Amino acid sequence: MIEEIQRRVNADQALQHRGRWVNLTFVFGIGDDDYLITISAGKITDVRQRHLPTDTGSFSIRASKDSWDKHWQLSPPRDYHDIFAMLPKQIARIDGELLPLMQNLQYFKDIIAKLRDGKGDENGC
Amino acid sequence: MAVEFEPMIGRYFMLEVGGKSYRIYMEEAGRGIPLLCLHTAGSDARQFRHILADADITSRFRVMAFDLPWHGKSNPPKDFRNEDYKLTVHGYKAIINAVCSALELKSPVVMGCSMGGRIVCHLALENPAYFRAMIALEGADKLEPYYNLDWLYRPDVHGGDVQAAFVSSQVAPTSPDEYRWETLWHYMQGGPGIFKGDLHFYWLDGDFDDRSPQIDTAACPIYLMSGEYDCSCTPEHTLATAQRVKGAKTTIMDGMGHFPMSENPALFKTYLMPVLDEIATIT
Repeated sequence: MIEEIQRRVNADQALQHRGRWVNLTFVFGIGDDDYLITISAGKITDVRQRHLPTDTGSFSIRASKDSWDKHWQLSPPRDYHDIFAMLPKQIARIDGELLPLMQNLQYFKDIIAKLRDGKGDENGC
Repeated sequence: MAVEFEPMIGRYFMLEVGGKSYRIYMEEAGRGIPLLCLHTAGSDARQFRHILADADITSRFRVMAFDLPWHGKSNPPKDFRNEDYKLTVHGYKAIINAVCSALELKSPVVMGCSMGGRIVCHLALENPAYFRAMIALEGADKLEPYYNLDWLYRPDVHGGDVQAAFVSSQVAPTSPDEYRWETLWHYMQGGPGIFKGDLHFYWLDGDFDDRSPQIDTAACPIYLMSGEYDCSCTPEHTLATAQRVKGAKTTIMDGMGHFPMSENPALFKTYLMPVLDEIATIT
């Protein structure tokens, strides 16, 4: 399912525009699986599973599969409805160099929420 | 076609407090029981525009909402460039008491949200006989920080953008998009370092769980109202506060976040009206 994020984000021109200063790779963790998501000028250019210990990114955002499934519900339950609601409850964890995350916080929250049920059909997707 | 003005009137007045002079902006509408509204950290009194425009409320209440110094259209002190803004319990109480005194309010109800919801309990503790009742929206007597405040005020992160992105987590996902983004727009417009300075009170200087059992709710009724989706002042924080403030009346608002009056005004009205009806009967 995570690969779907690329199609949905890249079909949303306004979201790409909001992320136009973002050029990096970050680690997105679903349970024990890490994925490297590479972004160029707000467009996702690559999504791949992490295989080597040296494969890494600027920062990481991780939660269990069950937690992401709740986050991606169309009407997510409280504590799961936003990454910054998940953090204080220790449902999600962030690590690494947080500066690019904080500089573009709403963009990163929005691209992850793109996998929410029913999202991704805007802008001709 | 003639323009249709909204019913609230906006005006400025000078306020002397703590040895400094501030030009304060306030809006008001209605007649009757004074209802003073206190905005959240890092925002301003525009959050209360729906309350100010609601004839069901203004027919019985004189609704007033002012921008704190440094916020909205209120000025900072003239020498603001020489200090870092930092709100404290003492300073916040002094401002509200000075406003009540300047406006010559008699037995006002104070309704504050977030940091405003915290300070009303401090005021009730200090001077319960003066206030008719307190409505603490998203207010608790003990809270824990969950991010480093330095992210809010540094040259390599846009303060307005990051503030809005932080607090967007506190809006219920079911709140109308129009009002979600209007609420966040207020955060995008805050002055540099102001949200951070407010959170000094909200997170670091405002705890009073050791004194909240002393609040006399017989003299000053307290209504605690918190949103289901509030991840800052959570329902658990509010319920724990209610256990300590003997006699407090508590409502957990389903489908609501941290900004009830601005993120979902129609839903908030269904929770607020019974409280205002009850307050109107207090003699």
